Formats: sequence, structure tokens, C-alpha cells
Amino acid sequence: MKLSTKFATGFVALGTITALVGCAATASETAPSTAVAAQADSVSIEDAWVKSAEEGMSAAFGILSTDGAEVTVISASTAASPMIELHETVAGDDGQMMMQEKDGGFVVSKVEMILAPGGDHLMLMGLTAPLLAGDTVGFELTMEDGSIFSFDAPVKDYSGANETYNGDESVDIETDSASGSADDRGSDTRSGSADEGAPDQ
Amino acid sequence: MTQSDTNDALPGLNRRRFLWGGAATGVGAATAALIGSSWRDASSTAAAGHAEDARSAIHGALTVPFYGARQAGIDTPAQSHTVITAVDLVQVQTAEQVVRLMRLLTDDAARLTQGAAALADPEPELAIVPARLTVTFGFGERIVRLAGDNSAPSWLRPLPAFSIDDLDEDQCGGDLLIHVASEDLVTVSHAQRMLLKDTRSFGQVRWSTEGFRRAFGSEEASVTMRNLFGQVDGTANPRLGSDDLETVVWDSSASPAWLFNGTSMVIRKIAMDLDTWDELDRPGREESVGRYLTNGAPLTGHNEKDEPDFEKTTPLGFPVIAEFAHTRRARSSVPGEKIFRRAYNYNTTPTGGPVSDAGLLFLSYQADVDRQFVPLQQRLDELDLLNQWTTPIGSAVFAIPPGCAEGGFIGDSLFAI
Ligand code: HEM
Ligand SMILES: [Cu+2]
Repeated sequence: MKLSTKFATGFVALGTITALVGCAATASETAPSTAVAAQADSVSIEDAWVKSAEEGMSAAFGILSTDGAEVTVISASTAASPMIELHETVAGDDGQMMMQEKDGGFVVSKVEMILAPGGDHLMLMGLTAPLLAGDTVGFELTMEDGSIFSFDAPVKDYSGANETYNGDESVDIETDSASGSADDRGSDTRSGSADEGAPDQ
Repeated sequence: MTQSDTNDALPGLNRRRFLWGGAATGVGAATAALIGSSWRDASSTAAAGHAEDARSAIHGALTVPFYGARQAGIDTPAQSHTVITAVDLVQVQTAEQVVRLMRLLTDDAARLTQGAAALADPEPELAIVPARLTVTFGFGERIVRLAGDNSAPSWLRPLPAFSIDDLDEDQCGGDLLIHVASEDLVTVSHAQRMLLKDTRSFGQVRWSTEGFRRAFGSEEASVTMRNLFGQVDGTANPRLGSDDLETVVWDSSASPAWLFNGTSMVIRKIAMDLDTWDELDRPGREESVGRYLTNGAPLTGHNEKDEPDFEKTTPLGFPVIAEFAHTRRARSSVPGEKIFRRAYNYNTTPTGGPVSDAGLLFLSYQADVDRQFVPLQQRLDELDLLNQWTTPIGSAVFAIPPGCAEGGFIGDSLFAI
């Protein structure tokens, strides 16, 4: 049997929505990104991935680099979460690591810009649907000149990346692993408890 | 598929690319930020230090290609360590879920086998010594049927019961087989963990067994392995690269189309009673198999590879290779009743009285389990002196899908998009 078309088209649809969202978000503010030497053209990403989550928040990671001059990512978008921010992780007043929006965006120079748990990351603030392990999520990064760099990232279960969010409300990244099956089990893994225990037997 | 070992990754290596990503390799971003540049510098110094003796001694950078028409880890010269795990995909009810899982696992395997960390790998330093790491996947019947009722070959089911069996259900069957092997046990452990973490959302481990052979470099790679009875085990196997092996393992003419370049794997965990074996003296031990212990030669010959002469009799008129000898019983006169064995030893912590809990992780590959394996096991079930000291305690049959190309996933010929 072929893979159910439902899956195949769902896969494509997600990407398409992403593209539309990306355009809508930037077209009004900036010139078309077809300009010569658009900043996005020099950008690439390696090893991109997103943490799986049932709902709420999640984060995306990867290694950004540029083969041209320094560029700055000023915003991001994805169909998976209408609200997405560029985050950094810092020590709070109490010494606890917490994350917050990064002033000035992500500066990508010839030295790789690493997005990693415990460091800078793309913060998905309000998932529209569960992010299931093995799915692919499309992202668009908007550069200073308005050009857009798009990439896909697979969803992985991951127990870390549990820093507290230092925003308007204190919310943790959802850490449940998500299979999309009928009997998804709940998880008691919460911020600060990166539980890497054995799978439930 | 060519299983060429490559050693060009080590000397004069651009260590940064090797460790920190490139087209084919990449370290998970996970720890990159946390480790920082001092670690990078230290690792490049270490690489330079190793460069001189790389060819003579250091073999951690040896890799076996992952992508290809056939999965690696079958006609790959056997590595010294393996861990074989069967996962019950209890949460998987649809083909779509299988595809998601196999995409993840394929990506993990593709990276790890080439010495790169898996995505989101919290211990990327453990990934950089592949030491001929291979990861081979197999599907149980239930998973294959998720692709359609007609997709399963008729042999994909539990083996028939044999009188010699004393099976523990918890060491039998399973939906997904993950067979990891490398010359380095640390590498095996890490790969195993990264792969199993990606199965958590889809199911749970059913059973897992470690196996070993002699360490890499202890003796020439061409030397036939020994099992824990001290026997030379594997002599009459089809040679790697031979036409014989091609037919025995890869002849898919009678299989469903998706199994082209795939095969089947039978796993029998067979306990070997080393304590009662100890009671048997050398001549008796040699008689039980029909081969000498010194070099594995048949009792009718001198060299390991000499053909056994099953007609030859002693002056008293008895066959030199006894009727009950394992070698005689395991050789069928019916053409095609042949298998390719790739066994590992196991030796786990004994409980209770005996000082050993040891045996053979009997792995065999054949195009058709029912046509090739089952008749042999039936013959051995009827008569085989070795049965006195051996007891099958685990049993499983898996379909081994073909390999995949970059961008594809293991199982894509079955769950094609
Ligand atoms: C613990 C269990 C077993 C032990 C210790 C064992 C050991 C051996 C040994 C020492 C040989 C002779 C050398 C060689 O050709 O490899 C041999 C041959 C063989 N064994 Fe086993 N074996 C075991 C189980 C099995 C099982 C379960 C099967 C298949 C159902 C099997 C099939 C064969 C075959 C096909 C040969 C080659 C026979 C020939 O054509 O000469 N063995 N085994
Ligand atoms: Cu954040």
C-alpha cells in the first residue's frame, strides 16, 4: 500500500501554509526578496530540529551560518505556531537560567550561530497542533533586508530545553512526547526536571 | 552494495567538519553551544596525535556506508559487538506513524554510522568513533501489515514450535528490530540509546540482547569465529561476496516486490549449558559436531575448509562423522535448504546456582524462512547431539527491508509516498 494520501498531502499542506504566512507577515513591510544579493541567499542551516510537544510551547534549534557578510535575523514564522520569538537563555537574578526575547535578533556571521537547548533558540509560543516526533515543520527567517530564508526541521522527542520563560507569564516548554496515537500518555516532566528516565515499561 | 571500509576520515582530517557538521555529517546543535571552543581545540590536537599510528592501531574512524540498495550489517564482516533489540510499537496503529518513526531512525542511523552525532544528541562526543558501526532494521508481521494485508511474505510469522524449545515469551517476537553492531561497545551503547529514545513515543522495548565476538584486531579478520563451547562456528557458511550468498540471502524472486534487496532474519537465543558441556571430554565434543576443535576441520579431513566426507567409515564400519553429528544434521541434501549464519556469543550475569548464563545469539539470514530455515531446524529438532547441551530460549523472525537512498528511509519501498 502506498502511504495514506492524508499524510502525504498533510505534509505538503503544512509547508504551503508556512509559505503563505511568511509572505503575509513581511510583504507589507518590505520590498520583494528578489533583490540582488538578498541576505537570505547567503544563509544556511544545518542539523535543524524542533522539540516535540503536545501543546503550548516548544523550541527549534540548528546551526545557522552565512557564506557572505554578517546578516541579522530579525523575526521568524512558522505555521506550527503563529507566535514565535527569537530567544536567548540568560541567568536570572536568582541565578536560574531563563529565556527571553533576544534584543537585536540573531546575528549570523561567518562564525556559526548556534541555536541549541540552553542557548539561543527559536521559541514557538503557541502551538496550533501537537508537534509529533518524526513530523517536519517549515520555518521562515526574515533578515534585516526583508528577504526570507526558509528551512524544514524534523520534530524530535527531547527531554532537555526546559528553561523557564521570562515573559509576560511564566510558562514552561511543553515537554510531553507526542506520538499522535490514541493513548498518549501524560508526562509529569516539567521545567527544571530534565527527566531522561527509561521508557515506561 | 559495496561494504568498503574507509579509513580516510582520520589522518589529516579536517576535524572541525568531521565533528561539527558538513553535507553528510553534522553534530546535533544540542551541545554545540555548551561545549565551546576550548573543546574544539582539544579535539583537533588529539586528532593530530592519532594521525601517525592511525593505520596500525586506531580504527575508530572506520565506517561502513549506510545508504545503499541493501542494508548494511548482513553481509558486512561481523563486528565484535552487537546489541539486538526488539521494540513493540504498541502506540503505532497506522502506516503514517511507521513512516514518522522510520524517518527519525533512518536519520539517526545515517549520522551515527558515519561518526556524526544524531540530531538532538546530548552526548555527541560518544558518536565520533563509529568503529564500523552498522544499524540494521527489521519489521515484524504486524508492522508490515499496516501497509496492507497482502504486503507480508508468508514466512513472516513466529516459527513453528520445536520440541527442543523452551521459549520465554519475553525474549520472542517484536514489531521492530534494531540491530546495532560496532567494534566498540561504547559506540554500540550510545547508538542504541539514541535510536531507542526515538522509539519512546511509539512503543516500548520488548527484549534486548548483547552479543560479542573476539575484539577487533585480536586476530585476522578472516578467522572463523568461535562460540563459547570453543567450537569453530561458521565454517560451512556461504562466503561473503559469493554467488552462493547472493542466492541464499538476497534472492527475492518469491518475495513481495517491496522486499527486493531485502531478506529475512531469524534470531534464536540459544542457551548453552557450559556446566554439562564441561562433563564431556574432547573426543565426545568433537563427535557431537563432527569437526575437530583445534581448527574446525571435519573429522574426515585436516584443514578447516576441507569438505566433510559423510560416507567415510571407521574400520569397525561406523560413520566417521556420526549420524547425530550437528554438521551432518544441519546439512540438507535438498537444494536451497541453506542459510547464512552470523552468530554472536552472549554471556550474561548468572542467577542462582550456575556460574554462567551463556549461549549463542544465533542469527541467520535467508530469502525465505519457510523454505530455507524451517526444514533445517526441523532436522536438528529430530536429531542433533548438540541438543543435549543447547536450549532455544528466544525466537523471532523479521523481514529485513532493503536499504534506502539519501533522503529516503528504511522501509520506504513498503510505506512508499
Ligand atoms: C547453540 C547452538 C548451536 C551451536 C553451538 C552450533 C554450532 C555449530 C558448529 C560448531 C558448526 C560447524 C562449523 C560450521 O560449519 O559452522 C555448525 C554448523 C552448522 N550449523 Fe550450527 N550450531 C548451533 C545451532 C544451529 C541452528 C539452530 C542451526 C539452524 C537451524 C544451525 C545450522 C547450522 C548449519 C547449517 C551448519 C553448517 C552445516 C554444514 O553444511 O556443514 N546451527 N554449527
Ligand atoms: Cu525560549
